[in-house]
Amino acid sequence: MSVSLNRAYGGGFADPAVDSARAFRAAMNVMAKPGEIRDLDSAQPPAPLSAAAGTLLLTLCDPETGVYLAGACDTPELRGWLAFHTGAPVVAAAEADFAVGTWAELMPLDPYRIGTSEYPDRSATLIVEMDALEQAGATLRGPGIKDSATLSLPDAAALAGNAMLYPLGLDFFFTCGGKVAALPRSTAISEG
Amino acid sequence: MSDYNFAYLDEQTKRMIRRAILKGLAVPGYQVTFASREMPMPYGWGTGGVQVSAATLTPEDTFKVIDQGSDDTTNAVSIRKFFEKTARVAVTEETEKASVIQTRHRIPEAALTEDQILVYQVPIPEPLRFLEPRETETRKMHALQEYGLMHVKLYEDISQHGAIATSYAYPVKVSDRYVMDPSPIPKFDNPKLEMAAIQLFGAGREQRIYAVPPWTPVVSLDFEDYPFEATKADHACDLCDAEDSYLDEVILDDAGNRMFVCSDTDYCRARREAGHVGRLGEEAA
Repeated sequence: MSVSLNRAYGGGFADPAVDSARAFRAAMNVMAKPGEIRDLDSAQPPAPLSAAAGTLLLTLCDPETGVYLAGACDTPELRGWLAFHTGAPVVAAAEADFAVGTWAELMPLDPYRIGTSEYPDRSATLIVEMDALEQAGATLRGPGIKDSATLSLPDAAALAGNAMLYPLGLDFFFTCGGKVAALPRSTAISEG
Repeated sequence: MSDYNFAYLDEQTKRMIRRAILKGLAVPGYQVTFASREMPMPYGWGTGGVQVSAATLTPEDTFKVIDQGSDDTTNAVSIRKFFEKTARVAVTEETEKASVIQTRHRIPEAALTEDQILVYQVPIPEPLRFLEPRETETRKMHALQEYGLMHVKLYEDISQHGAIATSYAYPVKVSDRYVMDPSPIPKFDNPKLEMAAIQLFGAGREQRIYAVPPWTPVVSLDFEDYPFEATKADHACDLCDAEDSYLDEVILDDAGNRMFVCSDTDYCRARREAGHVGRLGEEAA
């Protein structure tokens, strides 16, 4: 009994107020500086979620935010873990404030909320689980980037399409193990 | 040890503010609404900035607070002590040593680095508010990028005064999209808005948060024949002889004597310690 309890309810923040403050600082820095990669590993969520994605969910989600668990992320263990630690309701993609999964599981992008022209902030943030995360690949330009930056993106063409919607659009975190990077809608993307 | 939660606010409030900050960074210059809380200080004393700082600070931070450039006004001292007590952060008056700087109405003279965060206290976040009082209309104007009214206002300045008379809270366009109120900083500071640090803006009473990521293009609105001009009093600091800093004018007596001193007290102190002496300054002991 205690083993299964630990699996379902363990892995949260040891010191929630301070751990979430540090985690938010990392999340804010990567969102403010697209292309930057930071450590983010203070939570240990159930498989298949990465430490970085789990930490993001604990830092940003609560009963006011709908979370869409895409594909293999939608397990009873993860639902239980999310409910216990955040109280966030699990919702469909079209209602989600946050969505988490691999790129293939999260596709297509169309259902997610992109905000309205009067409230562009009312849009979803996608947490994309990656096999690798490195400062190589697509070239990024825009706010938060001095000249240009590079980041390994799952699908540069689709993300460039999202940027075309600016100031509407989705914002992305990319997570891999205990690492995180971000791509706001304001970033212009060119291949290679 | 204090009996407050870390950084005073409860966790759910901080999460709500943190989500607003992330969306603000994703759409630079756009004002994100947030459910501003009552803080243990009156509106107008920086409740917006305090809430943004509370959501941003970590125990490892070194915190600095300035009020019109000064570290030692009542407002700055009380906010600094507030976070010293509730977040147990180190505090400093030296710009270079601070990791988070909360400011009322100035940008420090020293260039900030990419490891620093500048938090502004904002009274009226809506740059169009004095031109159009209805929120429904200003929201539409932002949505449609309908900023002609702002240019009319600047034009009326020119027709009445011969120059753009707006000297503080000078409107800027962020990343070629949103017109933003940079808070009531003097327009002398406007060119510094393009900087290496993350800039966060909090308006407590008006319940808005907005942000400017590092290196985001920030253009002060102007006309081809009346270009924007960053102005300051045409003097050197009377204490440290700085010619490049923003100056406060201080009346000295009834006979009309006055002096000009750096508004940034830390900048002035550092220069005097380095041996610079102004017209009314004294040699360092």
